[in-house]
Amino acid sequence: MSVDVEAMPPAHAAEPPEPPEGSGPVAGRRPWARVTVRYVVLIVLAAIVLFPIYITVVNSLLKPVDIISRPIKWFPTAPQWGNYADAWSNGHFSRYLINSAIVAAGITLGQTVSAVLAAYAFAFLEFPLRRTLFVVFLTTLMIPGEVTFFTNVNTVRSLGWYDSYAALIVPFLATGFGAFLLRQSFMTVPNDLREAAALDGYGHMRFLARIVVPISRPAIGAMGLFAFLGAWNQYLWPLVVTKSDRLRTVQIGLRALRGTQIDQISVTYAGTVLAFLPIAIILVVFSKQLVRGLTAGAVKG
Amino acid sequence: MARKGKHKRVPKRLPRRRLRDALIGYALLLPSIAVFGVFVFYPFAKDIQLPFYEQPESFGAIHRTARYVGWTQWRSVFTSSEFRNTLLVTLRFTVLTVPAGIALGLLLAVVAHQKMRGITVFRTVFSSTVATSVAVASLIFFSLVNPVTGLWRVRVGGVSLLESPRWALISVAAVTIWQSLGLSFIVMSAGLQTIPDDLLEAARVDGATPRRVFWQITLPLLTPTLFFAFVVGSISSFQAFAQVDLLTSGGPLNKTRTLTYDIFDAAINKGDQNRAAASAIGLFVIVLVLTIVQLRLERRVRYVR
Repeated sequence: MSVDVEAMPPAHAAEPPEPPEGSGPVAGRRPWARVTVRYVVLIVLAAIVLFPIYITVVNSLLKPVDIISRPIKWFPTAPQWGNYADAWSNGHFSRYLINSAIVAAGITLGQTVSAVLAAYAFAFLEFPLRRTLFVVFLTTLMIPGEVTFFTNVNTVRSLGWYDSYAALIVPFLATGFGAFLLRQSFMTVPNDLREAAALDGYGHMRFLARIVVPISRPAIGAMGLFAFLGAWNQYLWPLVVTKSDRLRTVQIGLRALRGTQIDQISVTYAGTVLAFLPIAIILVVFSKQLVRGLTAGAVKG
Repeated sequence: MARKGKHKRVPKRLPRRRLRDALIGYALLLPSIAVFGVFVFYPFAKDIQLPFYEQPESFGAIHRTARYVGWTQWRSVFTSSEFRNTLLVTLRFTVLTVPAGIALGLLLAVVAHQKMRGITVFRTVFSSTVATSVAVASLIFFSLVNPVTGLWRVRVGGVSLLESPRWALISVAAVTIWQSLGLSFIVMSAGLQTIPDDLLEAARVDGATPRRVFWQITLPLLTPTLFFAFVVGSISSFQAFAQVDLLTSGGPLNKTRTLTYDIFDAAINKGDQNRAAASAIGLFVIVLVLTIVQLRLERRVRYVR
């Protein structure tokens, strides 16, 4: 065994070296046992965490009869993909998913633009009341939507927006958190760059678009991802400003699945999977931005 | 060159340019301020104003407009047994979810904080529940414990888990803990990464057992992360709504009637926004206090280090 390590071609040697345990004959079996125990612990914990998702996916591929009958089916031997087609068309999930995508995309775009503009003003421009206005932005973080939604329902009604995309999107086009996050990032843009840009005759808008935004792409990406996730997962607000099925988002679509009859339970499970699959894909693709965004407040650099 | 005054030689800024900068600044802030004004500050001001007036319907709809009642309604809301129950339920919910959520997230983070083959797979699995919204998590649980069609057809005292006064809140809490486990794991992992490896290594070399390393080095150094998770967790448990709405609608016997659900029920189902506004201000004050506590603690923790 120990000879192999030496004989390994450089390509393999590029892998980080394994911890020394288990390599010497004296170390014997105990480190090997310890590694096994660690893996067992990891696998057991992973199984517990994943169990609800796993069983939901399995049930989404079973016939209703097989979900109800005992013994429990732990694996879909004859996957019923038709359940997904059912949820997609008869369960109106195509509509719900499109609505969620429209709302989340609209909110993400709007928040990104408004936050970039506001952050630029706070980071690069001098004007009376700048500090006060910045505090005003931060104050919005302390007034959660759960405190204000019912008056906002009245406002939306009087604007004639009740049960429309405008009602779902417009109230969220600004973000105090995003503006704060981007201001922090914009302040790290070196002064030299600003002066150089000024010498080149760049005005504020050109400096913002050509230099500040490209440099701050990681922060803007994290903010955008955050905005998208928040918008996709919204529940209280879409519940109180929409009433027609045509405008339901996925989260509210799930609410209607609770009362379905026995022959519909497969569709319920399939709908649940459809509701979280897009987010799961997005998170796998953007996992780095997610971690950065989520831990921005938790760990101080 | 004619030198007249210092400020002329080194002009601080041309007034015209200053004016232009100011105008651009306000223009850039305008979209955000318009949205905040209409959808954050106006309704907040309304929350403070509304409880001073009584809903017209509540005195027989004889009057068209709301009647001014001074502080009476504030008092009647905050001293009512319903409000006390709501606060108690929310506190119980916080106690059930926050410490357990942090402990489990920390457990996963510690277990995944080692260099082993395939560890990234486990890290991905441990953070996977961030992909599930509260509604998704709730519906999964709802389906799995359904007493007729579920995987686990549990009944306690003849009723389902979600109808049992004893188990309903615990069930709602369990769903919440699972749903937020991914986030808790990510936050705790990030905290662990700030602890220098050589510090832990040195302790190990000195003969400290893994348990001792955890309690005497890892945990104390993790305090800022723990505080953060505690406060953020508490705030979000006071805002918990979707899981209550989907799983129990506040029942049975109001045993799961959390503060935010109560505001929703009063304002939307019962249509009494004037009372709901008082509860909403209660929620605001709690969130505010928690935020201030967080800022204070953060500063003190930094001093200690």
